[in-house]
Amino acid sequence: MTVLNRTAKSFLLQELLSGMWLTLKYVFRPKVTINYPYEKGPLSPRFRGEHVLRRYPNGEERCIACKLCEAVCPALAITIEAEPRADGSRRTTRYDIDMTKCIYCGLCQEACPVDAVVEGPNFEFATETREELFYNKERLLANGDRWEAEIAANLQSDSPYR
Amino acid sequence: MAETLIKPLTVNFGPQHPAAHGVLRMVMEMDGEVVRRIDPHIGLLHRGTEKLIEYKTYLQAIPYFDRLDYVSPMAQEHAFVLAIEKLLGVEVPARGQYIRVLFDEITRILNHLLNIPAYAMDVGAVTPFLWAFEQRELLMEFYERASGARMHANYYRPGGVHQDLPAGMLDDIWAWTEQFPKVVDDLEELLTENRIFKQRLVDIGVVSAEDAIAWGFTGPMLRASGVPWDLRKAQPYLVYDKMDFDIPVGKNGDCYDRYLVRMEEMRQSLKIMHQCIQNMPGGPATSVDRKVTPPPRSEMKRSMEALIHHFKLYTEGFHVPAGETYTAIEAPKGEFGVYLISDGSNKPYRCKIRAPGFAHLQAMEFCSKGYMLADSVAILGSMDIVFGEVDR
Repeated sequence: MTVLNRTAKSFLLQELLSGMWLTLKYVFRPKVTINYPYEKGPLSPRFRGEHVLRRYPNGEERCIACKLCEAVCPALAITIEAEPRADGSRRTTRYDIDMTKCIYCGLCQEACPVDAVVEGPNFEFATETREELFYNKERLLANGDRWEAEIAANLQSDSPYR
Repeated sequence: MAETLIKPLTVNFGPQHPAAHGVLRMVMEMDGEVVRRIDPHIGLLHRGTEKLIEYKTYLQAIPYFDRLDYVSPMAQEHAFVLAIEKLLGVEVPARGQYIRVLFDEITRILNHLLNIPAYAMDVGAVTPFLWAFEQRELLMEFYERASGARMHANYYRPGGVHQDLPAGMLDDIWAWTEQFPKVVDDLEELLTENRIFKQRLVDIGVVSAEDAIAWGFTGPMLRASGVPWDLRKAQPYLVYDKMDFDIPVGKNGDCYDRYLVRMEEMRQSLKIMHQCIQNMPGGPATSVDRKVTPPPRSEMKRSMEALIHHFKLYTEGFHVPAGETYTAIEAPKGEFGVYLISDGSNKPYRCKIRAPGFAHLQAMEFCSKGYMLADSVAILGSMDIVFGEVDR
């Protein structure tokens, strides 16, 4: 009986047809793809994207040039030079991140004691030339100004876990 | 008529071949359609990871493990982190252990969800690839919510995990596990009984149990040959000894059995995930030993000692007592081991990585000798090779 059954199934292309039927059923399901530049997938507060340098609400830059991020960066992507400013406070004169070297491991933002360098929620920073990815301090601070609202909200919502 | 010897045709397979799963170049000597000799040329993705790790602190070396087998990142981190913990003698809190086991199993499903449909695509089925990637996307969202990155997580740390899971995430993982068996059923409906799929896989690349052991096979490759060897059962690490799950074992050791073993492993992983979520204990996810794990931010802002620990750990890192260990875990592809030698400093003296794919690939000639050219693609697919770990 099983032999007969198997032969009948084989000749009637049973498994191929049931596979096609299943695929046909999938055709009428709601689409799971999203229309990317207009719709985007969800991102959690912990997402590690493009780096920013943040400022305090009064406009003072947060970074105190402790160089922890430079020390911990496994890819050696961060370069910092620092000297005392005219008012005597210690600030960076140079803060470069080579985004072509960066591996987005998040160790810099973990190490930063003042939440100055943060990997923000932006992942769309592709450029046409390589040179544009060598970020300097101005670029990073400008990023910080642009993304401050989102980053502050993310840090706030993730603060119980940090 | 006198017999004439014809020089075998030498075919260059890859490194740009879509069925080469990355950058594998195989020089094949063909006798017509039949493979006589295969010479895999590896090293096109060599990045010197092992040497690089010798120049990084233990913390800095963890991201490199994500990039070995980039289809199952957290499993490799786990081997390295366990090795460090063994040398340091650090205890992982119960919650940290459960989170790690949970994510190991997510990683296993993530890996098999890439391997099985990619394998099916090598032998001619396109649809499973699209369905599996939908599920992979959902799993990578869990990765992202826990660690901040969809693939290169950098989540496991010596002493636990980087951050505790966000509230509500376990419920979402549970909801995902509820719908996933249906997807596995659908994949099976398309593939398991399909005559084209079976014609390409059944009795192809047969490896006996003795040969599998002799060639150093591990993981699904070994189990498909009928050897019930799984490090999760044989040498349980973390809380695997408390988990109730079965090891699927194949009968014939052919490509089809390897596919079936991987399919069943996904179901077993779901079972482990359920148990992890049900029994997830409270408490800290990371060790509170401040000589190894950095203090939480709130403490670091208030306490001078915590701030010193923070600075020490992120610059110099922790010192690991001199010693050596071989620590292996059951990665989705097989036994992933780290042989770590410490000379007492803050950087590993030597870190040898035992990648399962490397041992599998060396048997490529053994497995495909005498089979057709098209079969060698099926055999390669069944080995689940990822070049990040083979070339390191």
